[in-house]
Order: sequence, then structure tokens, then C-alpha cells
Amino acid sequence: MRIEGARDRWAAALFGGASLMIMALPLLMLVEVVGAGLPRLSSEFLYAPPMDAGRAGGIGPMIVSTLAILAVCLFAALPVGLGCALYLAECVTAGGRAARALGYSLDVLGGVPSIVFGLFGYRLFAIELGLGFSILSGGLTLACMVLPLLIRVSEEALRATPPSYRQAAAALGLSQGGFLRRVLVPAAAPGIAAALILSIGRALAESAALLFTAGYVTRLPDSVFDSGRALAVHIYDLSMNVAGGEASAAATAVVLVGLLVLINICARRLGQTVHRMQRA
Amino acid sequence: MKVCEPAAPAAITLDEVTVRYGAHLAIERASFAVRPGDLMALVGPSGCGKTSLLNAINRLSDLIPGCTVTGRIAVGGRDVRAPDINLTALRRKVGMVFQQPNPFPLSIAENLRFPLREHGVSNRDERERRTEEALRAVGLWEEVKGRLGQPAQALSGGQQQRLCLARTLVLGPEVLLFDEPCSALDPLSAGVIEALIAGLKGRYTILLVTHNLPQARRLADTVAVCWVSEGCGCVVESGPCGVLFERAAHPITRAYCGGEVG
Repeated sequence: MRIEGARDRWAAALFGGASLMIMALPLLMLVEVVGAGLPRLSSEFLYAPPMDAGRAGGIGPMIVSTLAILAVCLFAALPVGLGCALYLAECVTAGGRAARALGYSLDVLGGVPSIVFGLFGYRLFAIELGLGFSILSGGLTLACMVLPLLIRVSEEALRATPPSYRQAAAALGLSQGGFLRRVLVPAAAPGIAAALILSIGRALAESAALLFTAGYVTRLPDSVFDSGRALAVHIYDLSMNVAGGEASAAATAVVLVGLLVLINICARRLGQTVHRMQRA
Repeated sequence: MKVCEPAAPAAITLDEVTVRYGAHLAIERASFAVRPGDLMALVGPSGCGKTSLLNAINRLSDLIPGCTVTGRIAVGGRDVRAPDINLTALRRKVGMVFQQPNPFPLSIAENLRFPLREHGVSNRDERERRTEEALRAVGLWEEVKGRLGQPAQALSGGQQQRLCLARTLVLGPEVLLFDEPCSALDPLSAGVIEALIAGLKGRYTILLVTHNLPQARRLADTVAVCWVSEGCGCVVESGPCGVLFERAAHPITRAYCGGEVG
């Protein structure tokens, strides 16, 4: 499309400027965080335990706790989320009563502040189910929190597959289970991977919900029943409660962003691999 | 059951069949019969309920929200809407090829092996044999035998449609429903599909929806002419192809088959 006239040129410049700003924002953030955190970053920082309330030492136990909480979260959220997305996309009429009711519940859940999930998780998992402050409580609370996002994005990915696949499968008398397993889910795998990436992003960045559930201790957790401090909680603590902890907080933030990028790449690759394997 | 060679083609009978989508009447009181091994062409303008009738025969209409079918539809003398009907067996018996080629996003071979596995063909050698046989039946084997593991969607439109036909044939159906199988293809590919359908005549009972009257005339043993009257479809006349094209009884059939309307 050609851009003609002064008004069009102004509009194009305005939109272009806005886009540049959007692109510059994460860059600025990274420069700020990396600039502040780089002096503290070293290989020792990645595996050593924290010392002097986090001003010195490293973040080894926090990385382990974060990965453990994330693993519990995904282990719980993936089957439930994918199952619910499949139910919404395949078993319920779009726009029908059940779809609207379920969609409304998900939208309400998606809008609940994470601190409320924290209080809920504390009550249900830590107190009622007796899991206490633990990786398990934290992971399960995060699973509840990311479920709406995981379900909604996965449902969209499943709905976006061509209806001709369903038509062909029905005309051939294929079982719904076989069709879902062999055709639909692999075809939607890149979209489901995107849902996973968004969910991981939300879970990794979470601190409020974990304060009441996974706990605060900085030692290496022995098992999922042990308490552990996530990276986001560590950043929060260093920034708010530890004088002189800013450099460590920035360095931890760099590690968190790096971890997020790494997991994103892995999830995207996984989606593409599943998609490719389907054709074999 | 040997692939591509049904035990015996089954007769199709429609008696006073009405298809509704909610309050909308798609086609009303349609009646005709197709003898075993015959090819009947369903012709008529768009929106007169031809596809609705096809979908009612293999009960794909069950999947359409708000769609209701009344009247009697029998395949091989068996009512397809009987409460004890096995839907999987019905759809294995009544194969369907659609207007747009719709291969699964799987490899060429897997498009055939997967339905076979789903229908209980657990022996690998048996699956391979039937896959090759079906691909040969549609003239695709020589073209794809060296790249069976490649994505089906990399094939041309005509090849994809032949693959979809092979996928239907591999299950050994007795009846074949074709819903305008050539209309989305280039003339050369359409010619290949038409020749294949002509080759299947006699071995399968075929119901072919087409807008292409010369094609109907070339292929069909019998023809049913559908029309729209006051927003609702109906079958105005059915009978032997020669009779309908040469000396139809109904004025609409005469005008439509004579190319004066439609």
C-alpha cells in the first residue's frame, strides 16, 4: 500500500514512532538491569548460596527452587489446562451455555490479583492440605494462577486448526481420542507451546503468590516438601528489605530474564518438533 | 475385506427425507433410490440442499448444531438412523470425498495408515499392502512411492484430492459420496478425478453432487434434480440419465438440464 499525502505521512510517522518506543522499552530495561547487575555476575554467582542476606554469595538455591516450583506448576497445570482447552474446543459448542459459563469463570480467574491466589494457595495447600510452606504449595498455587492463560491460549490454538480435519476424521469414522492425539493436538502444538511460554513467563515472574506458599528460606530445598525461595521473591527481598542489595537484585534479574529466554527457546523448539514429528 | 473391492455395493434409499437447520428448512421430502453399483448425480443450483442430503446419509449432519433429519435413509436396506446403528461401521461403509481436498497434516502414507490403525488393522504388513493398493487404485503410487514420508500438504491440489479418495477407499467402503470433488481443481486435475470416478462405477454405489451438467451426463446412470422453491430445497425429478437429459417430465428439469436456467 502506498503512503500518499501529508496526513498519511504524519500518521505513518506517528505509528512508526510508537512501534520504535515499544521496541526500545525492553532494550532500555535490559540495559538498565544488565548495567547494574553485570559487576555481580559470575559463574560462582549462579551456584553459590547467598551470604550476608544476599549482598554477597550467589543464587544457586534460588535457581533450583525456581525450577522446582516451575516444574510442579507445569506438571499440574499442563494436563488440567490442556484437558480443559480440549473440552472447550471440541466438546462444547462455541458460544453455547457451557462455553460461556466456563469462559466467564476463566476470565474472572484470569483477572484475580496474584496476591489473592497467594492467600488462597496458603489456605488450601499450606494449611488445609497440610503441605506447609513448600515447593509443592508454591507450584500448585502458581498452577491455579496460570491455568486461565494456559487454557485460553491453548483453546484458541486448537480452534484455529482447520475444521476440514474434523470433517475428514468424522467421515472416516475415526475415534475422537485418535483424532485428538494424532491430528489435532500436534497440529496445534506451536500454539500450545506459545501458551506454555506465556504461562512460564507469568509463573517465573511471580513473587506475591509465592511469599505465602513456597516460603522465604534461602537454603537449597531437599525435596518438593521443603520450603524454597524463588528468584522473583529473592529480587523483591533484596530490593525492599536489604540495604545495599541492589546490585545482587539486578544480577538476579539478569539471570531470571536469561532463564526465561532459555525456556522460551526450548518450548518453541518443542512445539516445532512435535509439529514436525506428526508428519512422520 | 479387500481394499478397493467392496463385498457388494449397497443400495441407497431416501424416503421423504427432510433436513432442517434450526427453523430453516434446507430440503424437504426428498425421495430417490440408487441401485447397487449405480452412480447417481445430484444436480441443482447452490443452496438446494444437495450437500445436506449427502451429510444425512453418513450422518455427518449429527455434528452440525441444530441440524435435524426426518424421513427414512437406508444404506444396504439398513436404516442409518436406527438406534442400534454403529456409527463407526456406517462411516467405514459409506466413504466421503469433499469439495476441498482435506488431507490430514500427516505424511502421505500416514494419511492412509492412521485410519487403518483406527479401524483395527493392527498388522503392519497388512497396512502397508492396503496403503499401496489404495494409492495404486487412484494412480498416485508411481508419483509418491519414493516420498511416502513427506507431508501430504506438499502435494498438488489434484494429488491431494486423489490421496483423499485413496484414504476413503483404503477402508473398503460400499458406498461413495462425492461432494463436488472436482470444483476446487484445475481442469486437468478435475479430468483425472472424473476418470477415477468413472473407473469406480459398478464396484461402488456412488452419489455425486455436481454443478457440472456435462460431467453428470458423462458419468451418471441416474440423475436427481434438486431445486429451490420458496427458500426450501426439494427433489423435483429423478430417473435414468438419458431420460432426464432427453425427455424430462418436469418443466424445471427440462429447463435446467437444457441449460436454460440455473
